[in-house]
Amino acid sequence: MTVTPLGIPRRLLEFTIDGEEARVPEGSTILDACRAAGKDIPTLCQGDTLTPKNACRVCVVEVEGSRTLVPACSRTAEPGMEVRTDTERARHSRKIVLELLASSVDLSTTPRVAEWIKEYEAEPDRFGPDAARLNEEPKIDNDLYVRDYDKCILCYKCVDACGDQWQNTFAISVTGRGFDARIAVEHDAPLTDSACVYCGNCIEVCPTGALSFKSEFDMRAAGTWDESAQTETTTVCAYCGVGCNLTLHVQDNEIVKVTSPHDNPVTHGNLCIKGRFGYQHVQNRG
Amino acid sequence: MDLHFGDSKPTDEERAAVDALLGPPDSSWEGADRDEMRAADLRWARGGRAARDRRDQLLPGLHAINDRIGWISEGALDYLCRRLTVPPAQAYGVATFYAMFSVKPRPATVLHVCTDLACAAAGASELCAGIESRLGLGSGVSVERGPCLGLCERAPAALAIRAGDPVRTAVSAPATVEQAVLAASAPDSAPEEPAAAMAVPQAGDPALTLLRRVGVVDPSSLDDYRAHGGYTALRRAFELGPAGVIREVTDSGLVGRGGAAFPTGRKWQATASQPDHPHYLVCNADESEPGTFKDRVLMEGDPYALVEAMTIAGYATGAHQGYLYLRGEYPRAIRRMRHALDQARARGLLGDDVLGQGYAFDIEIRRGAGAYICGEETALFNSIEGHRGEPRSKPPFPVEKGLFGKPTVENNVETLVNVLPVLMMGAPAYAAIGTERSTGPKLFCVSGTVERPGIYELPFGATLGELLELAGVRAGLRAVLLGGAAGGFVRPDELDIPLTFEGTREAGTTLGSGVVMAFDDTVPLPRLLLRIAEFFRDESCGQCVPCRVGTVRQEEALHRIADRAGAAAADDIALLREVGRAMRDASICGLGQTAWNAVESAIDRLGAYE
Ligand SMILES: Cc1cc2nc3c(=O)[nH]c(=O)nc-3n(C[C@H](O)[C@H](O)[C@H](O)COP(=O)(O)O)c2cc1C
Ligand code: SF4
Ligand code: SF4
Ligand code: SF4
Ligand code: FES
Ligand code: FES
Repeated sequence: MTVTPLGIPRRLLEFTIDGEEARVPEGSTILDACRAAGKDIPTLCQGDTLTPKNACRVCVVEVEGSRTLVPACSRTAEPGMEVRTDTERARHSRKIVLELLASSVDLSTTPRVAEWIKEYEAEPDRFGPDAARLNEEPKIDNDLYVRDYDKCILCYKCVDACGDQWQNTFAISVTGRGFDARIAVEHDAPLTDSACVYCGNCIEVCPTGALSFKSEFDMRAAGTWDESAQTETTTVCAYCGVGCNLTLHVQDNEIVKVTSPHDNPVTHGNLCIKGRFGYQHVQNRG
Repeated sequence: MDLHFGDSKPTDEERAAVDALLGPPDSSWEGADRDEMRAADLRWARGGRAARDRRDQLLPGLHAINDRIGWISEGALDYLCRRLTVPPAQAYGVATFYAMFSVKPRPATVLHVCTDLACAAAGASELCAGIESRLGLGSGVSVERGPCLGLCERAPAALAIRAGDPVRTAVSAPATVEQAVLAASAPDSAPEEPAAAMAVPQAGDPALTLLRRVGVVDPSSLDDYRAHGGYTALRRAFELGPAGVIREVTDSGLVGRGGAAFPTGRKWQATASQPDHPHYLVCNADESEPGTFKDRVLMEGDPYALVEAMTIAGYATGAHQGYLYLRGEYPRAIRRMRHALDQARARGLLGDDVLGQGYAFDIEIRRGAGAYICGEETALFNSIEGHRGEPRSKPPFPVEKGLFGKPTVENNVETLVNVLPVLMMGAPAYAAIGTERSTGPKLFCVSGTVERPGIYELPFGATLGELLELAGVRAGLRAVLLGGAAGGFVRPDELDIPLTFEGTREAGTTLGSGVVMAFDDTVPLPRLLLRIAEFFRDESCGQCVPCRVGTVRQEEALHRIADRAGAAAADDIALLREVGRAMRDASICGLGQTAWNAVESAIDRLGAYE
């Protein structure tokens, strides 16, 4: 969350990042501190509106005295800690994690990952042509959103957003285990038979595009999706009196998807089905 | 939370299985028949928070259905969810996590056949092939090849489970095709398992400490336990008071026997001093490390010792509730422990006023359902709480936030049983056993190609060679796996390694939980390594990328080099090393961090692919 709750000012604590002194408010994560110090640490499962599951392990750093590497996104900074973000050891793990992910799922719609793959010199192809992949067909079972788990990195964000961190609907969960673990609704049923209320909050947090608006999915399939041609306009939802902020993504004068600003203190990026998907009437020129 | 349930209804049998555990539903909101809707139902809904607080009944509930029916249908799962106010998607995520459950229809009888290391060395693949050809489709038995059943001293092993009321089980070990088929087709008439003492070649030796009573005492008799010195340690604990007990345990130098070798006294002290209450005690009896069976033998052979030890641990750390998380594949240990708890409760040794000392303590058994990862301490908490058995990230540590978010001390069975001699002989005498840094007696699970496999008790410091001599090592020894699948291989010319934590560490290997598996040169090493890789791939919880995908990539690489060596394998060995390093460094828990140890040691110490 980028909104800092008002309250008594937090004590600053001191530690070092890559040998340089850093001072951050108590309770900050190593990642917060690194970002404040201008370090670019890759992250995938961390999200600004959620407590990270620290499952992807792409943000690992070295902490003096720790046997293993430490996920920067979740470990809180402690006074006197000596953190090193760019050691050979940390870079090696990040590189392998990127290779493992890219060899098993489709990262083509994951922002920034191509850049990191280059930076860390990851070679996802070196596991050979027979390396197991997810290879799943997209699940298209409703008109609002598509679940393309071939792109899913199991970051748990959607589960947390649908569950006790925001929506409290608990429509989806991780099922199975190990490499066979998947996000699914109960009994692996279609979404339409589940508890889903189509708030789309899971789409909002998904870092890979595994969850997407049907509109975006269809346009990508047709080759007409063009983010550079889109404008974003933030406005207030007209449906009820709560006053949620909507960001309308418009391409060729058509709303192609709706998001919500994460730093909005009312919604934190969350919406309901109407705000998220109920925009057809706006452009019904019939 | 607005729960959504589908249209599927439980059968009468499924409903009965759940109701036998939870009692009949109070209202139609909880799934009672709508025709009998009581007037009150029309006005308010019960369930909700009160039921949600029983979330920890989810795993027992899944067991109840699976035990009765053999698998878990949509209707049964939905009914259980209604009763506990658990979202069905979450319950489905839990049910599909465990190997012993099925959410697809299957025959009422499942025959689990072990294909793990000791059994593989004893001919498990021929056994499986034989069983599968005898019990083909339509036999009413589902044959499932799986990981170690903790019966390695009697390898090869098979376990039959027949659903029904009550559920029936039969063990066949050492198994032949005929006996395994008999166990599956007529579990009631399968021959009784040999006594626990048969797993203890030294049984009856008066010099034993931990195994002193195994084979000597009647495991079903509390009186016999007392006649053999039982419950004197608890009396001593009441004399010393909680702080005094912790002092003794600390001074004894006792460290955990579950694999991580953490000082027990320090863990107890840290829990006892937490201001947050209640405190919990958890005994980790999950024992799913391939090659480990000591905790089973202790529970089967001397169950009251564990009850007494848990009571002492609870008393010292300020807990009033203990949980015994017991591996689901141990039917006899579960029966014996259940009986022991009932007897202890009936005699005032558990309950509101233990031994009339004003201390309240009770123990609940929780059955695992086939997941090695649930032995990891925080995964175990999640499992008890009715969540997927995925490890939590640490910190916070269990002593601060453990089971149900409360301060929790978790110990291995063998660790706890050691507390009895600590109190009986006093810390200095106990600390005098073994070496300076590894004190006390230690149990070793010896299996594989030896004459007398079983549990051996030796003071810390004996060498590997001495232990193998006791067990009757056979000619042509090729390799010894120390510490189980998460441990490491050593060579036959390294038998002078002292069996202590520091000695094995110095030798660049590990003692782990005390597994010693010997393999002679008839056992094909690459096949063994493949099995280890397959085990970790199968048992990874799937939460973090290095382990979830890394274990798959490692297994693939081992398949590629299974029949290769030298330069032809070099590429893939380099790949294994790179992936292994990241797994060790970046995985969330010990499973991923150690998954590559054994294979790495086989390459480096045994020259497996040279
Ligand atoms: C993957 C994994 C599996 C484990 N399995 C067991 C087990 O079956 N039994 C056990 O006592 N400890 C097991 N442990 C170790 C426990 O996490 C924990 O360290 C131990 O129960 C603490 O008890 P102790 O201090 O008495 O050894 C396992 C650890 C990991 C990482
Ligand atoms: S749309 Fe909303 S309710 Fe449906 S799965 Fe996503 S977060 Fe859950
Ligand atoms: S669907 Fe998206 S948000 Fe959900 S686990 Fe997969 S990648 Fe993460
Ligand atoms: S290391 Fe493996 S078992 Fe442990 S949390 Fe990660 S995926 Fe799960
Ligand atoms: S971003 Fe930190 S572990 Fe995923
Ligand atoms: S029972 Fe088969 S290896 Fe342990």
